[in-house]
Amino acid sequence: MRLVRALLPFAVGLPALWAIQAAAPPQLAIILVTAGVNVILAVSLNMVNGFTGQFSLGHAGFMAVGAYTAAKITLAMGEAPANWSPWLWNNGAFTLALLGGMLTAALAGLAVGIPSLRLRGDYLAIVTLGFNEIIRVFIENMRWLGGATGISGLPPYTSVVWVGLGALATVVVARRIVGSTHGRALLSVREDEVAAEAMGVDTVACKVHAFVLSAAFAGLGGGLLVHYILLVTPKSFTFVKSIEVVVMVVLGGMGSISGATLAALVLTFALELMRGLDQYRMVMYSLLLVVLMLSRPTGIFGTKEIWELLGPKRKKAAA
Amino acid sequence: MSDVVLLAKNVTMRFGGLTALNDFNLELKPRELVGLIGPNGAGKTTAFNALSGVYAPTEGTVSVGGEVVNGRRPNEISRLGLARTFQNIRLFKKLSVLDNVRLACHAKGKSELWQALLLTAEHERREAEMEKRAFELLDFMELSGRADEEAASLPYGMQRRLEIVRALATGPKVLCLDEPAAGMNATETAALMKLIHAIREKFGVAVLLIEHDMRLVMGISERLVVLDHGVTIAQGKPEAVRKDPKVIEAYLGVEEGHAPLDPEKA
Ligand SMILES: Nc1ncnc2c1ncn2[C@@H]1O[C@H](COP(=O)(O)OP(=O)(O)OP(=O)(O)O)[C@@H](O)[C@H]1O
Ligand SMILES: [Mg+2]
Repeated sequence: MRLVRALLPFAVGLPALWAIQAAAPPQLAIILVTAGVNVILAVSLNMVNGFTGQFSLGHAGFMAVGAYTAAKITLAMGEAPANWSPWLWNNGAFTLALLGGMLTAALAGLAVGIPSLRLRGDYLAIVTLGFNEIIRVFIENMRWLGGATGISGLPPYTSVVWVGLGALATVVVARRIVGSTHGRALLSVREDEVAAEAMGVDTVACKVHAFVLSAAFAGLGGGLLVHYILLVTPKSFTFVKSIEVVVMVVLGGMGSISGATLAALVLTFALELMRGLDQYRMVMYSLLLVVLMLSRPTGIFGTKEIWELLGPKRKKAAA
Repeated sequence: MSDVVLLAKNVTMRFGGLTALNDFNLELKPRELVGLIGPNGAGKTTAFNALSGVYAPTEGTVSVGGEVVNGRRPNEISRLGLARTFQNIRLFKKLSVLDNVRLACHAKGKSELWQALLLTAEHERREAEMEKRAFELLDFMELSGRADEEAASLPYGMQRRLEIVRALATGPKVLCLDEPAAGMNATETAALMKLIHAIREKFGVAVLLIEHDMRLVMGISERLVVLDHGVTIAQGKPEAVRKDPKVIEAYLGVEEGHAPLDPEKA
């Protein structure tokens, strides 16, 4: 009964995603997948930048780690052996690949998180940015990772349903964390580190946890992305991508899960809708950002969730 | 368990050439209410910071509940039973009043992360327990009516009380309050002093209370420790301390008006 409740979002989400996938024309599917991946990235970066108030600028680096790991795994698993159902084999291989990607990305998160703990604000941003570039340059110089051109010919495993489930999982995990003592501890680090420590919060552990968790989901986003574009290349993971995700988090409001989700969706769709504008696209995009940040300097929702701003004060959160 | 909940032995705290606290000694028994007083810049907050682990003492030892805590981080010291408030109020401003308190309850029985993710029965029971405890404490301090509000939106006096609730929520043996009455008017201050006395009775904690206005703590403290320029110039029963010539001298001209509020150095 309890497990049913814990898995309820997925039980509801899965049929809905299937329906969307069946109904969506291919052009829309591309946008949906991009949007879903961006939701994963924004919500996961929000765990570090929003919840704990640290400034990570290397999310694409963790994405890359997850993406290359997942790609290597699916390529190594190859096609289904004759006596296997291809459906089962493919989805099994992909599940394994994504989990593998999350794991290596999490380890990378740990490796970057621990030495960066003494840093704050701009300094942490610079170090994580540096990590992002190191990863990219490392990959470019590794023949077995395809070097600068990358690895093509990945199996087309990613679908709207897969991305949707990934986004759902990211949001559910983020929600349940903030709704628990663990999440409140993360928020307290953002609010006032000295006071958090005095209340018994292990702020060092909090920061590491947030980093690791956030990196794991960035890895998931990376794995999903490359099995849609069927190519994994270092160009997808430059710091420009990291900045793009930071923009989503800032725009959504630091710490707001619904804000990050909405910002990821809005920005993805806005970019697509402006495709007809050709070279003016990026100008319009920047203009949109400027206008939004001027009208809502703390993000669309500030640190609040949508439902906290709408409607009457709720008595108790039902997570 | 020893029957000394907080022990400071020859604690000295230097900042470069400045000795902010010099050879500080203190022994706090369970349920004792001790006032730590002294004029501005006497080293009271520095003493708190050295006791609670914000600073590592330059010299001397601090023990909480019989355990030496030198070099331990503040969060560990908090778990050993020392809770504190801050002179300049350091609430988690954007969190709700309830969350400020719930957060501090976490040391006692929080569930594992995976349990939070899977919404296990144990997780929900613990969360419910924390919420219940938080509400009990808020009730006691007459704050539960504003549980859902953002901490920063509370009026000043309530913020001070919320800080005390939050410290209590950690389940301490010693409660250290740094000028909890700062910025309050005479009526509020009197009510607060009564409340502090009641807290000691109800929760059975020892209280170390900083106040630079000696008269405020006279009534409720069993013992006073007087600091001046980092040096402990007097110690003992309030009546005796009040008559001590060194104390009178240190306080001359200070006792009457309230000194302006410091922007703090916690
Ligand atoms: N981190 C620090 N670095 C340097 N000097 C400090 C530091 N903290 C405190 N001091 C100095 O130590 C002395 C004692 O300060 P402290 O804050 O402990 O005084 P206090 O008794 O709490 O005074 P008040 O009543 O104003 O709060 C002051 O001279 C102060 O400037
Ligand atoms: Mg002080």
